[in-house]
Amino acid sequence: MNKPIAIDDSNFDQIVLQAKTPVVVDFWATWCAPCRMVAPIIDELAEEYSGRISFAKVDVDQNSKIATRYSIMSIPTLLIFKKGEPISHTVGYKPKEELKRSLDAALE
Amino acid sequence: MNKEYEVVIIGGGPAGLTAGLYTSRDRLNSLLIERGLAGGQIVNAQWVENYPGFPEGISGFELGQLIHQQATKYGLETVTAEATGIELQQEQKVVKTTESNFIAKAVIIASGSERHKLGIPGEEEFTGKGVSYCATCDAAFFRQQPVAIVGGGDAAITEALHLAKFASRVIVIHRRHQLRASRILQEKALAEPKIEFLWDTVVEEIVGKDSVKRLKLHQVVTGEKPTLEIAGIFISIGLKPNTNYLKGILPLDATGHISTNEKMETEIAGIFAAGDIRYHSARQAIAAAGDGATAAIYAEKFITGQS
Repeated sequence: MNKPIAIDDSNFDQIVLQAKTPVVVDFWATWCAPCRMVAPIIDELAEEYSGRISFAKVDVDQNSKIATRYSIMSIPTLLIFKKGEPISHTVGYKPKEELKRSLDAALE
Repeated sequence: MNKEYEVVIIGGGPAGLTAGLYTSRDRLNSLLIERGLAGGQIVNAQWVENYPGFPEGISGFELGQLIHQQATKYGLETVTAEATGIELQQEQKVVKTTESNFIAKAVIIASGSERHKLGIPGEEEFTGKGVSYCATCDAAFFRQQPVAIVGGGDAAITEALHLAKFASRVIVIHRRHQLRASRILQEKALAEPKIEFLWDTVVEEIVGKDSVKRLKLHQVVTGEKPTLEIAGIFISIGLKPNTNYLKGILPLDATGHISTNEKMETEIAGIFAAGDIRYHSARQAIAAAGDGATAAIYAEKFITGQS
Protein backbone atom coordinates (compact mmCIF):
# COMPACT_ATOMS: atom_id res chain seq x y z
CA MET A 1 0.00 0.00 0.00
CA ASN A 2 1.28 3.41 -0.95
CA LYS A 3 -0.41 6.00 1.18
CA PRO A 4 0.02 9.76 1.23
CA ILE A 5 2.35 10.76 4.07
CA ALA A 6 1.47 13.46 6.57
CA ILE A 7 4.15 16.13 6.54
CA ASP A 8 4.64 19.32 8.54
CA ASP A 9 6.44 22.66 8.60
CA SER A 10 9.66 20.96 9.74
CA ASN A 11 10.09 18.32 7.04
CA PHE A 12 8.27 19.87 4.07
CA ASP A 13 11.42 21.12 2.32
CA GLN A 14 13.18 17.81 2.60
CA ILE A 15 10.26 15.63 1.54
CA VAL A 16 8.68 17.82 -1.11
CA LEU A 17 11.29 20.21 -2.47
CA GLN A 18 14.15 17.74 -2.61
CA ALA A 19 12.13 14.83 -3.99
CA LYS A 20 13.29 13.13 -7.17
CA THR A 21 9.75 12.42 -8.39
CA PRO A 22 6.91 14.93 -8.65
CA VAL A 23 5.04 15.34 -5.35
CA VAL A 24 1.34 16.08 -4.92
CA VAL A 25 0.67 18.04 -1.73
CA ASP A 26 -2.88 18.03 -0.41
CA PHE A 27 -3.54 21.04 1.86
CA TRP A 28 -6.47 20.18 4.12
CA ALA A 29 -8.01 20.57 7.56
CA THR A 30 -10.30 18.49 9.71
CA TRP A 31 -13.16 21.01 9.50
CA CYS A 32 -13.30 20.98 5.70
CA ALA A 33 -15.89 18.64 4.18
CA PRO A 34 -14.69 18.84 0.57
CA CYS A 35 -11.21 17.92 1.86
CA ARG A 36 -12.69 14.70 3.16
CA MET A 37 -14.22 14.13 -0.27
CA VAL A 38 -10.83 14.55 -1.92
CA ALA A 39 -8.99 12.29 0.56
CA PRO A 40 -10.19 8.89 -0.75
CA ILE A 41 -9.40 9.95 -4.32
CA ILE A 42 -5.88 10.96 -3.27
CA ASP A 43 -5.49 7.57 -1.59
CA GLU A 44 -6.47 5.81 -4.82
CA LEU A 45 -4.16 7.98 -6.92
CA ALA A 46 -1.26 7.33 -4.52
CA GLU A 47 -1.75 3.65 -5.21
CA GLU A 48 -2.13 4.03 -8.98
CA TYR A 49 0.88 6.36 -9.40
CA SER A 50 3.03 4.47 -6.91
CA GLY A 51 6.75 4.86 -7.67
CA ARG A 52 6.15 7.63 -10.19
CA ILE A 53 4.59 10.36 -8.05
CA SER A 54 4.70 10.81 -4.25
CA PHE A 55 1.76 12.09 -2.26
CA ALA A 56 1.84 14.22 0.88
CA LYS A 57 -0.73 15.91 3.09
CA VAL A 58 -0.39 19.14 5.05
CA ASP A 59 -2.89 19.91 7.80
CA VAL A 60 -3.07 23.72 7.48
CA ASP A 61 -4.41 24.06 11.01
CA GLN A 62 -1.18 22.64 12.45
CA ASN A 63 1.24 23.90 9.78
CA SER A 64 0.45 27.49 8.99
CA LYS A 65 4.00 28.37 7.84
CA ILE A 66 3.84 26.17 4.76
CA ALA A 67 0.27 27.23 4.02
CA THR A 68 1.31 30.89 4.22
CA ARG A 69 4.44 30.33 2.12
CA TYR A 70 2.32 29.04 -0.74
CA SER A 71 -0.49 31.58 -0.13
CA ILE A 72 -3.08 28.91 0.58
CA MET A 73 -6.39 30.72 1.18
CA SER A 74 -8.78 27.96 0.26
CA ILE A 75 -8.87 24.25 0.97
CA PRO A 76 -8.70 21.67 -0.38
CA THR A 77 -5.80 22.90 -2.51
CA LEU A 78 -3.62 20.46 -4.37
CA LEU A 79 -0.18 21.62 -5.45
CA ILE A 80 2.01 19.50 -7.68
CA PHE A 81 5.72 20.10 -7.14
CA LYS A 82 8.36 19.19 -9.66
CA LYS A 83 12.04 19.83 -8.91
CA GLY A 84 11.09 22.01 -5.95
CA GLU A 85 8.68 24.25 -7.84
CA PRO A 86 4.88 24.21 -7.74
CA ILE A 87 3.77 23.54 -11.32
CA SER A 88 0.06 23.00 -10.83
CA HIS A 89 -2.55 24.44 -8.49
CA THR A 90 -6.03 22.95 -8.05
CA VAL A 91 -8.63 24.39 -5.69
CA GLY A 92 -11.72 22.57 -4.45
CA TYR A 93 -13.12 19.15 -5.17
CA LYS A 94 -12.32 17.87 -8.66
CA PRO A 95 -13.27 14.51 -10.17
CA LYS A 96 -10.56 11.86 -10.29
CA GLU A 97 -10.29 11.96 -14.10
CA GLU A 98 -9.45 15.65 -14.00
CA LEU A 99 -6.78 15.13 -11.33
CA LYS A 100 -5.27 12.31 -13.39
CA ARG A 101 -4.82 14.68 -16.31
CA SER A 102 -2.80 17.07 -14.08
CA LEU A 103 -0.72 14.16 -12.77
CA ASP A 104 -0.03 12.84 -16.25
CA ALA A 105 1.00 16.33 -17.34
CA ALA A 106 3.42 16.51 -14.38
CA LEU A 107 5.07 13.28 -15.54
CA GLU A 108 5.80 14.55 -19.03
CA MET B 1 -20.36 -6.92 -19.92
CA ASN B 2 -22.67 -4.28 -18.50
CA LYS B 3 -23.82 -5.09 -15.00
CA GLU B 4 -27.57 -5.30 -14.48
CA TYR B 5 -29.58 -3.93 -11.60
CA GLU B 6 -33.22 -3.46 -10.84
CA VAL B 7 -32.69 0.11 -9.68
CA VAL B 8 -29.83 2.46 -10.47
CA ILE B 9 -29.72 5.68 -8.42
CA ILE B 10 -27.65 8.61 -9.64
CA GLY B 11 -26.38 10.77 -6.79
CA GLY B 12 -25.50 10.11 -3.15
CA GLY B 13 -27.06 13.06 -1.34
CA PRO B 14 -30.04 12.78 1.01
CA ALA B 15 -32.41 12.08 -1.92
CA GLY B 16 -30.37 9.30 -3.53
CA LEU B 17 -29.32 7.69 -0.26
CA THR B 18 -32.88 7.63 1.07
CA ALA B 19 -34.07 6.13 -2.22
CA GLY B 20 -31.36 3.47 -1.85
CA LEU B 21 -32.38 2.79 1.74
CA TYR B 22 -35.93 2.08 0.60
CA THR B 23 -35.14 0.05 -2.54
CA SER B 24 -32.55 -2.12 -0.78
CA ARG B 25 -34.97 -2.80 2.08
CA ASP B 26 -37.46 -3.82 -0.60
CA ARG B 27 -34.82 -6.34 -1.68
CA LEU B 28 -34.42 -4.69 -5.05
CA ASN B 29 -30.97 -5.17 -6.48
CA SER B 30 -29.81 -1.55 -6.28
CA LEU B 31 -26.76 0.47 -7.26
CA LEU B 32 -25.98 4.04 -6.25
CA ILE B 33 -23.59 6.10 -8.37
CA GLU B 34 -21.81 8.99 -6.64
CA ARG B 35 -18.95 11.05 -8.05
CA GLY B 36 -17.44 12.18 -4.77
CA LEU B 37 -18.15 11.29 -1.20
CA ALA B 38 -21.73 10.43 -0.32
CA GLY B 39 -23.72 13.02 1.58
CA GLY B 40 -24.41 15.69 -1.03
CA GLN B 41 -24.44 19.46 -0.54
CA ILE B 42 -25.48 19.10 3.09
CA VAL B 43 -21.94 17.99 4.02
CA ASN B 44 -20.86 21.60 3.45
CA ALA B 45 -23.29 22.92 6.05
CA GLN B 46 -21.49 23.78 9.25
CA TRP B 47 -24.50 23.04 11.39
CA VAL B 48 -27.99 21.79 10.51
CA GLU B 49 -30.79 22.70 12.89
CA ASN B 50 -33.83 21.85 10.77
CA TYR B 51 -33.41 18.13 10.08
CA PRO B 52 -35.95 16.38 12.34
CA GLY B 53 -34.59 13.86 14.81
CA PHE B 54 -31.63 15.98 15.86
CA PRO B 55 -33.04 18.42 18.43
CA GLU B 56 -29.58 19.79 19.26
CA GLY B 57 -28.64 20.12 15.60
CA ILE B 58 -25.94 18.18 13.79
CA SER B 59 -23.00 19.02 11.53
CA GLY B 60 -23.85 18.63 7.86
CA PHE B 61 -20.89 16.36 7.36
CA GLU B 62 -21.96 14.02 10.15
CA LEU B 63 -25.56 14.01 8.92
CA GLY B 64 -24.36 13.00 5.45
CA GLN B 65 -22.23 10.21 6.95
CA LEU B 66 -25.11 8.92 9.07
CA ILE B 67 -27.57 8.85 6.17
CA HIS B 68 -24.94 7.02 4.11
CA GLN B 69 -24.30 4.52 6.90
CA GLN B 70 -28.01 3.77 7.24
CA ALA B 71 -28.61 3.57 3.49
CA THR B 72 -25.84 1.05 2.85
CA LYS B 73 -26.84 -1.22 5.73
CA TYR B 74 -29.28 -3.30 3.68
CA GLY B 75 -27.27 -4.26 0.63
CA LEU B 76 -27.19 -1.09 -1.44
CA GLU B 77 -24.17 -1.23 -3.74
CA THR B 78 -22.25 1.96 -4.42
CA VAL B 79 -19.77 2.96 -7.10
CA THR B 80 -17.63 6.08 -7.42
CA ALA B 81 -18.22 7.43 -10.90
CA GLU B 82 -19.83 10.34 -12.69
CA ALA B 83 -22.97 9.71 -14.75
CA THR B 84 -22.54 10.88 -18.33
CA GLY B 85 -25.90 9.91 -19.85
CA ILE B 86 -28.86 7.57 -19.97
CA GLU B 87 -29.78 5.52 -23.02
CA LEU B 88 -33.10 3.77 -23.53
CA GLN B 89 -33.00 0.27 -24.96
CA GLN B 90 -36.56 -1.04 -25.15
CA GLU B 91 -37.60 -1.60 -21.53
CA GLN B 92 -34.06 -1.20 -20.22
CA LYS B 93 -32.23 1.93 -19.23
CA VAL B 94 -28.49 2.06 -19.71
CA VAL B 95 -26.82 4.49 -17.33
CA LYS B 96 -23.47 5.55 -18.75
CA THR B 97 -20.73 6.64 -16.37
CA THR B 98 -17.04 7.46 -16.34
CA GLU B 99 -16.36 3.94 -15.01
CA SER B 100 -18.67 1.65 -16.99
CA ASN B 101 -22.29 1.28 -18.09
CA PHE B 102 -25.03 -0.06 -15.83
CA ILE B 103 -28.35 -1.51 -16.94
CA ALA B 104 -31.48 -0.84 -14.90
CA LYS B 105 -35.19 -1.47 -14.95
CA ALA B 106 -35.77 1.82 -13.13
CA VAL B 107 -33.52 4.84 -12.67
CA ILE B 108 -33.79 7.42 -9.89
CA ILE B 109 -32.05 10.66 -10.77
CA ALA B 110 -30.91 12.43 -7.62
CA SER B 111 -27.75 14.13 -8.83
CA GLY B 112 -28.55 17.30 -6.92
CA SER B 113 -27.02 20.66 -7.42
CA GLU B 114 -23.84 22.63 -7.15
CA ARG B 115 -23.08 26.23 -6.32
CA HIS B 116 -23.75 29.01 -8.76
CA LYS B 117 -20.90 31.27 -9.67
CA LEU B 118 -21.26 35.04 -10.02
CA GLY B 119 -19.77 35.04 -13.51
CA ILE B 120 -17.94 38.35 -13.07
CA PRO B 121 -14.39 39.47 -13.87
CA GLY B 122 -11.86 38.35 -11.27
CA GLU B 123 -13.95 35.50 -9.91
CA GLU B 124 -12.13 32.69 -11.63
CA GLU B 125 -8.73 34.38 -11.48
CA PHE B 126 -8.90 34.75 -7.68
CA THR B 127 -10.58 31.44 -6.81
CA GLY B 128 -8.41 30.08 -4.02
CA LYS B 129 -6.80 33.52 -3.66
CA GLY B 130 -9.57 35.19 -1.70
CA VAL B 131 -12.60 33.99 -3.65
CA SER B 132 -14.21 31.04 -1.88
CA TYR B 133 -17.36 28.96 -2.17
CA CYS B 134 -16.95 27.25 1.21
CA ALA B 135 -16.98 29.37 4.37
CA THR B 136 -16.64 26.29 6.57
CA CYS B 137 -13.40 25.40 4.77
CA ASP B 138 -11.79 28.79 4.42
CA ALA B 139 -13.04 31.10 7.20
CA ALA B 140 -9.92 30.43 9.28
CA PHE B 141 -7.66 31.90 6.60
CA PHE B 142 -9.24 35.32 7.17
CA ARG B 143 -8.63 35.84 10.88
CA GLN B 144 -8.94 39.53 11.81
CA GLN B 145 -9.50 40.53 8.18
CA PRO B 146 -12.60 41.99 6.51
CA VAL B 147 -14.57 39.67 4.25
CA ALA B 148 -17.70 39.91 2.14
CA ILE B 149 -20.33 37.28 1.57
CA VAL B 150 -22.64 37.47 -1.43
CA GLY B 151 -26.15 36.06 -1.04
CA GLY B 152 -29.19 36.26 1.20
CA GLY B 153 -30.44 32.71 1.69
CA ASP B 154 -30.05 30.26 4.57
CA ALA B 155 -26.65 29.09 3.36
CA ALA B 156 -25.30 32.64 2.98
CA ILE B 157 -26.46 33.76 6.42
CA THR B 158 -25.23 30.58 8.13
CA GLU B 159 -21.88 31.22 6.49
CA ALA B 160 -21.87 34.89 7.55
CA LEU B 161 -22.37 33.77 11.15
CA HIS B 162 -19.51 31.31 10.84
CA LEU B 163 -17.24 33.93 9.24
CA ALA B 164 -17.98 36.34 12.10
CA LYS B 165 -16.11 33.97 14.44
CA PHE B 166 -12.88 34.67 12.52
CA ALA B 167 -13.05 37.83 10.43
CA SER B 168 -12.83 41.42 11.69
CA ARG B 169 -15.92 42.45 9.67
CA VAL B 170 -18.41 40.46 7.60
CA ILE B 171 -20.25 42.42 4.95
CA VAL B 172 -23.30 40.67 3.54
CA ILE B 173 -23.92 41.84 -0.03
CA HIS B 174 -27.42 41.09 -1.22
CA ARG B 175 -29.06 42.11 -4.47
CA ARG B 176 -32.49 42.50 -2.86
CA HIS B 177 -33.75 44.66 -0.01
CA GLN B 178 -34.45 41.79 2.33
CA LEU B 179 -33.04 38.37 3.10
CA ARG B 180 -34.53 35.10 1.94
CA ALA B 181 -33.02 33.24 4.92
CA SER B 182 -35.29 31.88 7.63
CA ARG B 183 -36.26 34.41 10.32
CA ILE B 184 -34.29 32.71 13.08
CA LEU B 185 -31.08 33.03 11.08
CA GLN B 186 -31.86 36.65 10.21
CA GLU B 187 -32.33 37.44 13.90
CA LYS B 188 -28.97 35.86 14.74
CA ALA B 189 -27.22 37.78 11.97
CA LEU B 190 -28.78 41.11 12.95
CA ALA B 191 -27.66 40.55 16.56
CA GLU B 192 -24.05 39.86 15.52
CA PRO B 193 -22.12 43.14 15.74
CA LYS B 194 -19.48 42.07 13.20
CA ILE B 195 -22.06 41.51 10.47
CA GLU B 196 -23.09 44.46 8.26
CA PHE B 197 -25.46 44.51 5.30
CA LEU B 198 -25.26 46.13 1.89
CA TRP B 199 -28.73 45.93 0.39
CA ASP B 200 -29.77 46.19 -3.26
CA THR B 201 -26.15 45.72 -4.21
CA VAL B 202 -24.41 43.51 -6.73
CA VAL B 203 -20.72 42.81 -7.18
CA GLU B 204 -19.48 43.79 -10.63
CA GLU B 205 -15.80 42.97 -10.38
CA ILE B 206 -13.30 41.38 -8.02
CA VAL B 207 -10.01 43.25 -8.06
CA GLY B 208 -6.66 42.24 -6.64
CA LYS B 209 -3.06 41.48 -7.36
CA ASP B 210 -1.70 38.30 -5.78
CA SER B 211 -4.97 37.97 -3.91
CA VAL B 212 -8.29 39.77 -3.62
CA LYS B 213 -8.04 43.41 -2.50
CA ARG B 214 -11.38 45.05 -3.26
CA LEU B 215 -14.80 44.72 -4.87
CA LYS B 216 -16.42 47.02 -7.38
CA LEU B 217 -20.05 47.25 -6.39
CA HIS B 218 -23.22 48.57 -7.97
CA GLN B 219 -26.05 49.88 -5.81
CA VAL B 220 -28.96 49.07 -8.10
CA VAL B 221 -31.45 51.55 -6.58
CA THR B 222 -29.28 54.67 -6.36
CA GLY B 223 -26.98 53.72 -9.25
CA GLU B 224 -23.90 54.42 -7.13
CA LYS B 225 -20.77 52.41 -7.81
CA PRO B 226 -18.74 52.23 -4.60
CA THR B 227 -15.72 50.04 -3.94
CA LEU B 228 -15.22 47.88 -0.88
CA GLU B 229 -11.82 46.90 0.53
CA ILE B 230 -11.84 43.27 1.66
CA ALA B 231 -9.42 40.34 1.89
CA GLY B 232 -11.89 37.64 0.94
CA ILE B 233 -15.22 37.16 -0.80
CA PHE B 234 -17.45 34.17 -0.15
CA ILE B 235 -20.07 33.38 -2.77
CA SER B 236 -23.33 31.75 -1.74
CA ILE B 237 -25.93 32.71 -4.32
CA GLY B 238 -27.80 29.46 -4.62
CA LEU B 239 -27.51 26.19 -6.40
CA LYS B 240 -27.85 25.00 -9.97
CA PRO B 241 -28.97 21.48 -10.83
CA ASN B 242 -26.46 18.93 -12.13
CA THR B 243 -28.40 18.00 -15.24
CA ASN B 244 -25.98 18.70 -18.10
CA TYR B 245 -25.66 14.98 -18.81
CA LEU B 246 -29.45 14.71 -19.22
CA LYS B 247 -29.80 17.25 -22.04
CA GLY B 248 -31.63 15.65 -24.95
CA ILE B 249 -32.75 12.75 -22.75
CA LEU B 250 -35.27 14.42 -20.46
CA PRO B 251 -37.01 17.77 -20.88
CA LEU B 252 -35.36 20.36 -18.64
CA ASP B 253 -36.73 23.79 -17.76
CA ALA B 254 -34.81 27.02 -18.41
CA THR B 255 -32.87 26.63 -15.16
CA GLY B 256 -32.04 22.98 -15.84
CA HIS B 257 -34.52 21.39 -13.44
CA ILE B 258 -36.58 18.26 -14.17
CA SER B 259 -40.37 18.21 -13.91
CA THR B 260 -41.99 15.32 -12.08
CA ASN B 261 -45.47 14.44 -10.88
CA GLU B 262 -46.27 13.71 -7.25
CA LYS B 263 -44.92 10.16 -7.67
CA MET B 264 -41.54 11.62 -8.73
CA GLU B 265 -42.12 10.16 -12.21
CA THR B 266 -40.51 12.01 -15.12
CA GLU B 267 -41.82 11.97 -18.67
CA ILE B 268 -40.06 8.67 -19.30
CA ALA B 269 -41.65 5.59 -17.71
CA GLY B 270 -39.27 4.05 -15.20
CA ILE B 271 -37.15 7.18 -14.77
CA PHE B 272 -37.77 9.07 -11.55
CA ALA B 273 -36.23 12.26 -10.18
CA ALA B 274 -35.81 13.31 -6.54
CA GLY B 275 -34.38 16.17 -4.52
CA ASP B 276 -32.84 19.50 -5.54
CA ILE B 277 -32.86 18.50 -9.17
CA ARG B 278 -36.67 18.74 -9.38
CA TYR B 279 -38.53 21.79 -10.57
CA HIS B 280 -39.85 23.67 -7.53
CA SER B 281 -37.90 21.57 -5.08
CA ALA B 282 -37.83 23.10 -1.60
CA ARG B 283 -34.04 22.52 -1.64
CA GLN B 284 -33.88 21.24 1.87
CA ALA B 285 -32.15 18.04 2.96
CA ILE B 286 -35.33 16.76 4.57
CA ALA B 287 -37.42 17.46 1.45
CA ALA B 288 -34.83 15.66 -0.67
CA ALA B 289 -34.97 12.65 1.64
CA GLY B 290 -38.77 12.64 1.33
CA ASP B 291 -38.53 12.79 -2.46
CA GLY B 292 -36.10 9.88 -2.39
CA ALA B 293 -38.47 7.73 -0.37
CA THR B 294 -41.38 8.56 -2.69
CA ALA B 295 -39.34 7.85 -5.81
CA ALA B 296 -38.19 4.51 -4.36
CA ILE B 297 -41.71 3.40 -3.49
CA TYR B 298 -43.05 4.17 -6.98
CA ALA B 299 -39.96 2.68 -8.63
CA GLU B 300 -40.69 -0.54 -6.78
CA LYS B 301 -44.32 -0.47 -7.99
CA PHE B 302 -43.09 0.21 -11.53
CA ILE B 303 -40.73 -2.77 -11.45
CA THR B 304 -43.29 -5.16 -10.00
CA GLY B 305 -45.92 -3.95 -12.43
CA GLN B 306 -48.23 -2.40 -9.86
CA SER B 307 -48.17 1.10 -11.24
